[in-house]
Amino acid sequence: MLTVRTLDVAYGAITVLRGVSLHVKAGEVVAIVGANGAGKTTLLKAVTGLVHPTRGDIWLGGSSILSTGTAGIVAAGCSLVPEGRQIFGDLSVRDNLLLGGYVQYRRGKAAEVDADLKRVLDMFPILGKRSSQLGGTLSGGEQQMLAIGRALMARPTLLMLDEPSMGLAPLIVKEIFEVISRISKAGCTVLLVEQNARGALKIASRGYVLETGRIVLEGSAEDLLASSEMQRAYLGRDVNVDSERGTP
Amino acid sequence: MSALFFQYLMAGLTYGMIYAVVGMGFNIIYNATGVINFAQGEFVMLGGMIAVTLVAYLPLPLAIVLAVLATMVVGALVELLFIRWLTSPSVLRMIIITVGVSILIREAALLIWGQNVRALPYFTGTEITSLSIGGARVSPQVVWTLAACSALVALTTAFFRWSSAGKQMRACASNRVAASLCGLPTRNLITASFVLSAGMGALAGCVVSPITYTQYNIGTGLAIKGFTVAILGGLGSSLAAVTAGLVLGVFEAFAVSVLPSAYKDAVSIALLLAILFLRPTGLFAARVAYRP
Repeated sequence: MLTVRTLDVAYGAITVLRGVSLHVKAGEVVAIVGANGAGKTTLLKAVTGLVHPTRGDIWLGGSSILSTGTAGIVAAGCSLVPEGRQIFGDLSVRDNLLLGGYVQYRRGKAAEVDADLKRVLDMFPILGKRSSQLGGTLSGGEQQMLAIGRALMARPTLLMLDEPSMGLAPLIVKEIFEVISRISKAGCTVLLVEQNARGALKIASRGYVLETGRIVLEGSAEDLLASSEMQRAYLGRDVNVDSERGTP
Repeated sequence: MSALFFQYLMAGLTYGMIYAVVGMGFNIIYNATGVINFAQGEFVMLGGMIAVTLVAYLPLPLAIVLAVLATMVVGALVELLFIRWLTSPSVLRMIIITVGVSILIREAALLIWGQNVRALPYFTGTEITSLSIGGARVSPQVVWTLAACSALVALTTAFFRWSSAGKQMRACASNRVAASLCGLPTRNLITASFVLSAGMGALAGCVVSPITYTQYNIGTGLAIKGFTVAILGGLGSSLAAVTAGLVLGVFEAFAVSVLPSAYKDAVSIALLLAILFLRPTGLFAARVAYRP
């Protein structure tokens, strides 16, 4: 479904990604883990056309999307839940969701937006209760759910999430990961970028480890969770982080 | 005394409404792009000038409609030619571009229309018709101005609050990256903000032209007043800009009742400086506008 080939991305003189190649097959949950500054967010920005790579190619469902532009990529079925949620703070929860459904108008499926809204509100009952509140008044976890709901309104075939657990309480993190599992079971392909390697690999089928702009490890989620290198570099530290956060 | 008071008040409100509309024009573009468009005053001038030219051949209402549409086209061109092609422009660079555009439009207007002072005919009645309100003599054009500007403010507010296009523009203003991730055509929405704000300015320019007259260079003064109002109200908020516009207009009107009228502009610029020094977030803003 998604293929990234020898991708280089640079901000001015600073090269952030070097020769990154990866693929996501339809129906998979793929996790990309790595420390702060490894280039995870930049990778997702490149896939959604928010930054332009200096080398390499990105294919979505059989065609290159390098010159498609963000709106076109979203219309092609690839949605991103961005880092830090990025909801529209001064619009109501309902309006946030309806704006997420904008591409359905573009695809000529405006009639389905109401049903989609109901589906999303069933998935996140708390958003239904808050539907007339301004997005900015929601708690962090509710905002994350709103951001995921807004992305789902676009009816993506590939949903990408950038650090959905960031800054959330352990119980909420657990809930968010459960939601992502449910989205995957409903037939949506998921690409999940996380610093919380353990949580991400638990729900993923495969994973990549990104370190200073390069893929250093890849494999099935079980293999990665068991690998000694992962234990030392990420899971060890994650255990500490987890104990601070209180997750099992 | 009360009649005189009322006279000043009405004059203040009239100018205040114009300032409010220019200030709202600033806000619409600021909200969508983070840029202060210093060509805003030129839109007001263009509206008045084009309408004055057309009214020689066409009935007044038609001339005004065409003038507003023509100015909207100019607004779109400004965005398409000067703003859109910048890939990741700094705000400062865009502001300097708008200053350049304002000079360009002003000089073009000088070439086309010369230095003559012009005015549209009064919409109803003549220069000497007047209504008596609270003992003060008020030109019917003042009523037209107040009514048209109030309607403009109400319509714009309704547009942003309830219409789907208005919500898309607000989403673009609130978070442009997130808006493009929703598949919204953010660049076209920015063009739309220029068109809308040009149209508002042009209509205000038409309505006020019988009272204040219009000339190729009135834009600069109006831009400064509109900017003062936008800052006074706190950038980005439309209703605050209207309140601030009325406050500034009335403040000016009463200032000239005690000071020589040459100080009128000095008063509003002094107010602008005072606000920038003492309360840069504006009188009504509870928080600093968040721009990622």
